[in-house]
Order: sequence, then C-alpha cells, then structure tokens
Amino acid sequence: MTTVQEPKFTNFDDNDQKPVGFGRMLRKEDPRFLRGRGRYTDDVQLPGMLHLAILRAPFAHARIVSVDTSAAEASPGVKLVVTGAMLAEKGLAWMPTLSNDVQAVLATDKVRFQGQEVAFVVADDRYAARDALELIDVEYDVLEPVVDARRALEAGAPLIRDDLTDKADNHVFDWETGDEAATEAVFANADVVVVEDIVYPRVHPAPMETCGAVADFDSIDGKLRLWSTTQAPHAHRTLYAIVAGIPEHKIQVIAPDIGGGFGNKVPIYPGYVCAIVGSILTGKPVKWMEDRSENLISTGFARDYIMRGEIAATRDGKILAIRTNVLADHGAFNGTAAPVKYPAGFFGVFTGSYDIEAAYCKMTAVYTNKAPGGVAYACSFRITEAVYLVERIVDCLAHELDMDPAELRLKNFIQPEQFPYETKTGWVYDSGDYEPTMRLAMDMAGYADLRREQAEKRARGELMGIGIAFFTEAVGAGPRKDMDILGLGMADGCELRIHPTGKAVVRLSVQTQGQGHETTFAQIIAEEIGIPPADIEVVHGDTDQTPFGLGTYGSRSTPVSGAAAALVARKVRDKAQLIASAMLEVSVADLDWAKGSFVVKGDPGKSVTIQDIAMRAHGAGDLPDGVEGGLEAQICYNPSNLTYPHGAYICVVDIDPGTAQVKVRRFIAVDDCGARINPMIIEGQVHGGLTDGVGMALMEMIAFDEDGNCLGASLMDYLIPTALEVPDWETGFTVTPSPHHPIGAKGVGESATVGSPPAIVNAVVDALKPFGVRHADMPLTPSRVWDAMRGQATPPI
Amino acid sequence: MQVPAPFEYERATSVDQAIGLLERLGSSARLVAGGHSLLPMMKLRLANFEYLIDINPLHAELGYVKIQTDEVRIGALTRHRELLESDELAAAFPIFRDAERVIADPVVRNRGTLGGSLCQADPSEDLSAVCTTLDARCVIRGSAGERVVSMEEFHVGPYETAVGDDEILVEVRFPRRGGHGSAYEKVERRAGDWAVVSAGAAVWITEGRIVDARVGLAAVGPNTTGIPEISDTLRGNAPSEALYEQAGAIAARSCDPSTDQRGSADYKRHLADELTRRTLRKAVERARS
Repeated sequence: MTTVQEPKFTNFDDNDQKPVGFGRMLRKEDPRFLRGRGRYTDDVQLPGMLHLAILRAPFAHARIVSVDTSAAEASPGVKLVVTGAMLAEKGLAWMPTLSNDVQAVLATDKVRFQGQEVAFVVADDRYAARDALELIDVEYDVLEPVVDARRALEAGAPLIRDDLTDKADNHVFDWETGDEAATEAVFANADVVVVEDIVYPRVHPAPMETCGAVADFDSIDGKLRLWSTTQAPHAHRTLYAIVAGIPEHKIQVIAPDIGGGFGNKVPIYPGYVCAIVGSILTGKPVKWMEDRSENLISTGFARDYIMRGEIAATRDGKILAIRTNVLADHGAFNGTAAPVKYPAGFFGVFTGSYDIEAAYCKMTAVYTNKAPGGVAYACSFRITEAVYLVERIVDCLAHELDMDPAELRLKNFIQPEQFPYETKTGWVYDSGDYEPTMRLAMDMAGYADLRREQAEKRARGELMGIGIAFFTEAVGAGPRKDMDILGLGMADGCELRIHPTGKAVVRLSVQTQGQGHETTFAQIIAEEIGIPPADIEVVHGDTDQTPFGLGTYGSRSTPVSGAAAALVARKVRDKAQLIASAMLEVSVADLDWAKGSFVVKGDPGKSVTIQDIAMRAHGAGDLPDGVEGGLEAQICYNPSNLTYPHGAYICVVDIDPGTAQVKVRRFIAVDDCGARINPMIIEGQVHGGLTDGVGMALMEMIAFDEDGNCLGASLMDYLIPTALEVPDWETGFTVTPSPHHPIGAKGVGESATVGSPPAIVNAVVDALKPFGVRHADMPLTPSRVWDAMRGQATPPI
Repeated sequence: MQVPAPFEYERATSVDQAIGLLERLGSSARLVAGGHSLLPMMKLRLANFEYLIDINPLHAELGYVKIQTDEVRIGALTRHRELLESDELAAAFPIFRDAERVIADPVVRNRGTLGGSLCQADPSEDLSAVCTTLDARCVIRGSAGERVVSMEEFHVGPYETAVGDDEILVEVRFPRRGGHGSAYEKVERRAGDWAVVSAGAAVWITEGRIVDARVGLAAVGPNTTGIPEISDTLRGNAPSEALYEQAGAIAARSCDPSTDQRGSADYKRHLADELTRRTLRKAVERARS
C-alpha cells in the first residue's frame, strides 16, 4: 500500500558556495535543463531530414524464409526500404561487437532474439515510416529457442550461432581467475563451508532518453556528421571508420545532451548503422529514435549471472577463502563492453573488502536467444555482480555462524597498513581504511539500537530487517598496458586554453549523460588555476572539438579524465609561472602560487593574477626566452592503476507479515571516493544509484516466457522505482585519497548501484530470519517474499 | 516515441451529437475520455480505431458528484482527481478516497475518468472494484434513451461491457443507506502499478449488527467480482474477527487468480483473504465512528 511521506523542508542555500575550486556549487548545466532548453538527439532538426523506423523480429529464434518489401515501398511518403540481404550486398549486414564477436545489423539468415532488427524504412515522417513497417511481409520458419542458460550447452540444444564457422554449440567462453588448487586446499581444511546459489537476474538500464541518431552524410565532401546517444563518441568514430570504411577524419560524432546512459549507450547499435546507411543511400539527413519498447527489448541489458557462491571460514569467523562458479547469459551475440582482456569485466574483485587466503572463480558464458549486451547498468564492468555475490555469501556465513554481520565484516577487513593490497585474484587496491567507514555508517544508523528494536519487534511477531553491505569497487579503466577496447587504449585526453581576458575553455574526451561534467571539470580546473568555474567553458561530446579518449562509463570520468584535467591545468600553470616571473622580474623559484595569482616570496604586495598573465601571454610585450605566446596545453593521461572507492551501506526494512510487502524504512550510505570535488553532485549520484538499487532488489527484472518472448517490453511491465519506494537517503562520507591520482579522487558514479542491492536483500533476508530464511533471490516482489516466508523461495529464472 | 496508426479525430459537442456519431461510425469509432488506457494501446498498435470521438468537451455536462439523501450520482466524465478531492464523497463513501489515493499517479488522475475506468473493464482496475463494492448502477444512454444496469450486468467479460457501439455510459449511481462504512486496500509492486490484488469492503450497520455488507475484489479473476456468499455470511451478525476470517476464507476460495509477473495464483488467493479481512475491519471501524 502506498503511503505518502510528509514533505520535509530542505535548505538548499548551502549548495551554492560559489567555490573557486572544490566545494558545493549548483550545476552549471542545470539552467538549460530546468528551462527545457537541453538539446537532445531527438531535438536535432535538419533541412530535408527523413525518418527511419526498424522492423523487428516477433520471434526469439526463427529462420527468415522470405522478405517482401514491395507494399512498403509503395506506401505514401516512403523513400527507402532496406533488408538484411541488401546490406549483405554492401558487406554491411554484420558488424563487430565490443567483445570481438559479430552482430547482425539486419538479420540475413535467422533472427536470434525477439526484437532483433530485420529491415528498415526511411520515410518523410515518423508516422509514414512506422505505417510502412506493417506492410513488410516476412515469412519465418520458427525454431526452438534457447531461453534457459542452464540448458544452452546441453547436447541437442538448438544451435544459435550457425553463422560462425566451427561453432558447434552455444558456448561463448570459459574464464577463470585465482588459484583453484590453493583454494580447494583451504576449503578442504576449513571449519565451516557455506554454499549458496545466487542469481543476479537480467535487468535493463532503462535511461529516460532512449537510443537514437541523426546521420547526415554529405556526398560532395564525403563527410558524415552523426548526432547520436553515445557515451563514447571517439571510440564510436573509430569503429565507424573501421566498419564502414569512411576515413576517420571525415566522420564527426556528436553526442549532444544525453538523457541518462548507465552503460546502455556504450555499444554501437544496429539502428545507428541503419541511420548512416539511410543517409548515404537517400542523400538526406536521417533520424532514428527508438521507442521505449525497442529500447527495453533490444539494447544492452545487464547482469544475468547464475552464481554458486562458496565461502570457507574458521568457527570464530575468520574468512579463509571464497570460490564461485558462474554461468553467464550473454544473449544472442557477445556484445559485452569491457576491456578486451577482461571477458567477465572486473568480476575478479569478488573477494570484496576482505583479507583472505585463497580465491577462485570459474565462469562459463553461453549464447541464448535473448538480446545481446551484458554491458551495463552502472555496474563498473560487472563489479555489481561481484559485490552482490560476496556480500550475500558473507551474510550467509554470518547466518551459519550465528554472528552479527557487522562484526563478521569488521573482523575480516583488509587493514589500512596492508595497502596497496594485492588480492588473491591479482587486483591491487590502491588505498583504503575500511573500519572508520563502517563505524560511521553504524553510528549514523544507531546500529545497536536498531538491533534492540528488531529483537523487541521479533518478540511481537513483527518483521524488521537490518542489512549491511560493504563494497570495494575498481573504477577508472584503465592502464593502457592492460586495458583496451578493440585495440583502443583506455586513456583520455584533455586540452585547456586560457583566453586573453582570463576566461578559459577546457575540452574533454569524456561525455556527460547527467553526471555534471560541465560543473565538476570546471571545478577541477578552477582548483588548479584559480579561475572561477563560471569563467570556464567545458566542451565535450563532439569529436571535432575534443581530444581523443574512450568515453564515460565504469565510473571512469573523474579517475581518468579528471586526472587529465588537473594535470593539463598544472601544465598551463607552469607556463604561467614563467610568464609571471618575467612580469614581476623575479626568478621562478621566488614565486608562490596562491590560487589565482603568483606572489613574490616575502613580498605579498607584489603579485600578478592568472588573468594578468593570460593577457600578457597574448599581449604585445616580450615574453621570457623560449616561451611561446598563448596560454594553453594538452595532455593524454594514462592511469597507472584503477582507483578503488569503498563504502558501507546499511538498510532497514519493514515487512508486512500479512502481505509480504517490503518497505525500505531507512538507508544509510557512507561513501569513500577519495577527494570530493563537488559534494552535492556526489550526493546526487549516490541518491540515484541507491534508487536504482531499490529497483533491482525489489522489482526490476527482464523476464522471458518459454518461447523467448520478452515480458519486460514496457515500463508497465518492467518496473522502475519512484520517489514513493525510497526513503530519505542518509549519506555520509570518509575520505581516503587515491595515492596515484593527481587530486586523490576516485570514481563514485556507480558505487551506490553496486553497493545497495546486497544491503537491501540482506535486510529482507534478515527480516525473514524467524522463518529460517538464509537466502532469497531478487527481485523481492511481495509474491516472492511471501514464497520465502513459507520456505518456498525459488530463483527468478 | 511510439506512434499510432492513422485515425480521424472529432471533438464532441454534446452527448446526443456523440451518440449520433457513434451510430454512424459503428465499431470503427471509439470514445476517448482521459485516454490513459486507450492511447497507449493505440500507440503500441494493440488497438486500432479509424475514428476517435473526444468527449472531453462534455466535462461540464458529464463531470459532477451529486450527493443526495438516498443516492450519490457521479457523472461518467468526472476525473479521478475530482473524486479524490471531494470531501463530500469521502464522507459519504470513504472507500473512494482510499482507492483514488492508490490509483496510478497524479498525471493519470488529472485526466482519467470514472466512466473511462469502468468502460476499459480491465480486471485489475480499481474503480470497478469500488463500484462493485458499493452496488453501483450504471446509466447507459443511446438514441432510444437511457437504461440502468447493475455492475454484474455491466461487466460482460475482460475488456467487455454492456455498453453498445452506439451508446455512452453517462452516469454511475450509488445507493445511500445509514450506518455505512467502507474501505479499500491495494497491494502493488510499486506505486502506480496495477494491483497485484485489491479489495474493497462496505458495511451497513444498525444497532450493532451488520444489515448488509459487500466485498469487491480486483485482479483475481476475469472480472471484478462481488461475492454474494460473503454478504450472506456477514448479514445479520455482529462484527467480529471470526466473522472477518470467515469472509476472508470465502474470498480466497471464490476468486480465480492466475500466476503472472505480479505474483503467483497462491499468493493472490492469500491476498484476497488478507485484504478482505483488513478492509472489512476498517469499514466496520468507520461505520462505528
């Protein structure tokens, strides 16, 4: 039942401290969004622009017998109808995925998931294009689909990828990490071993803005301009050049305002390619915008891991080893976006925040007749799954040992003096001090009081649960020696130019989808060079205007591009110091930097501001020997390691014993993301991620029926949470700077999405302890909670 | 953006003119009121009509809540928001405000109407359960005049009503009797979702005994159902927990839910029981206060 919370007055005055550098300030981009002046892909209108609509497969697995487009071609307003066979003639029917697989742009032989692209129509307007789709006659020979990943490798299972030579089954890859023998040895001798089957069901990022593109190919100068919903404009440009054979300098990819990404807008989708083909063939600009159902059924999903978690410990609660076996459902094409050497993303951090003796993971990935992707939803490259696994299995251990879950975690944390800490799966955690973070969360929650309240309520038959999750993330991919996507190293460029009047423009290779880059990056520059953020223009999202870089996902903007911004500002400041020394007629060594001006040591009255220096750099007077005019610099930053933010989350739930409805009463989130650039933006990101977590834990799932029909094709069927499902978030922070990042910052964009689902599930399971429940899988809908209360919990797939 | 197939659109100028259009256009036409069910179905191309007749201009004529001594009359174009905000209606039938608080969201409530909700005849729809609970009568008008039908007669099947292709539901009437209390409860997966199960209960109490009682359930069968056996069991008795339990058990056994994404049939049956007891309890409390 819905209850409406009394609105509380919140004082926002504190949010705009007008800092020259780090601090709370309102977002520079918000006036245009709040006034409806954002410019999204669908807002792009070009003269003579045509509209494209895509015909999608109604079946999960079917052979295409014939496609008749004659009626559609004759439909009013239709300019072009294209099928897979037509693309095949141009060598464009297939394209590479981000994981070195291939994916059909338009199906030629078979359709392999419901919603797959089969043909497209280009017409005068969106209505005419959509109407013509109904006139395309496709004859299908329906085949048995593979829906259950557990059965994908059975003998006799239908073969999905018969397009791949030498592929005789639905196997994608096997992957392992850690030491199998050493782990087995620890398990064999452990006092306590707990095993639990844990499913992280398929969910969808469901950004508010669906995917789309406007392609404008100029046949005279051979230039392609592409506005598209992309989180990685530069990487996309390079891939278009490779796939379509258009020279890279003739491609301009523009990511305008983006209405949420969450990883959904990392891949190149067939629709983008169709729009490009449509523009080339018609000679006109062509717009394609997905509708909501198309977005939900065909674009990058997330998770879909069937995991067996095992944990070994001593009787007194020292965790010794963690082992897991994972079956990964990758859909019909392996489109996972992750660094090439990491087919399971960064799932290898499943050892969590604990100092253990051994760990091992074995994973098998399979094809099924479902949408491809496996990229996304604010998951930091599969860390969401890893953290869920470890935080759930640690709670199962606490249950078996009858030990307080907070105490068990505190007992096993990696200690501050152990950093940098190399895990048993080879990850080097840069810095961390976990206990203060955990203690702060417990203090904010009033942990002991909550446990007392719970005991009293249990005695009365009321169901109250307290759930804890402690996570360590690995974000900011990544060192180019280890990490690349299709051969492109994961480094990022940055350019900074100070204009003669002391205003500045900074050009980034990363692209904001709501993270507030236009504010945060202005603040980073301001902190380093003393120019107010209001005087700094942040340019991003246009490949013709920005330096090369791999884009925004995996919480990498601040760890990688943020470092680049700080370092490029320092480069400019170094040059400014040379000019200042000439202006003040002292040596460089005799100057102190006082955020915004150089001051002569011992003579505070003698100084020049950065604005004075900028004018001098562009002015008529002489500059020091060897110093060129202008005040600008460029850099490409290659991180030496990932950054490892951590956090302690505590969730309190109440469950109605009669209806099994879960109410999240309180949620305490203490995040440590190192240096905090704009606390208001951090809190906003945390709030969003926590809300996402409520969705995944309690309601979200992309389900399929036995024929492979997607049951989550609209937001009526695929639920995302509203303000009414979430409590007032209680956020706190600790600061453990990253030692290798120039300003000590770590990523934070996905921390809350990673950390909140296990906290909520742990709270629900804790509430159900009187029923003997040790585990229940997401989504914890009332019906599924009721099943668990009666000892009949089932996996969701 | 999802786009519908082509259709013609006309704004109604009076009820009679709208009926005239319906007579001429037959089943190829559909009335649109709030549009929050019809338009999404058209955009998904699950419903295709050649003509839409927009009756929103008739709001002045068909949007009203008239509280009379023996009856409440509500015009078919009365919007959810008007039902939610009417203090008089809440005083006469508290179940309305309970239900309206959990129907969809403000955007839907601002436009959606009582008549549209009933005519959509979705088995999970809340106001149908309310009308069943309150033993409502539906006034249907055609060119030959008006006829009045009970809720049982009104609901022919899922998404099917007694309203003919050339007729309009114009008003819903609710009989008033003394000693009334009523309540509505809904279990949903998320605010604004369709009910997993919802239940309405109404009682009429005189001198400590239940003179009459009705329970209406939604989302547990092909149509919103009143359950006569519950009324029979409650009538003539003094309210008690044991009585609510009996009623809940009847509700669970009389309904016919199916397993879907919202929940298992077993769970829904359990909710029919649980919510019947809860709403009866609250309805009695209200009747007594």
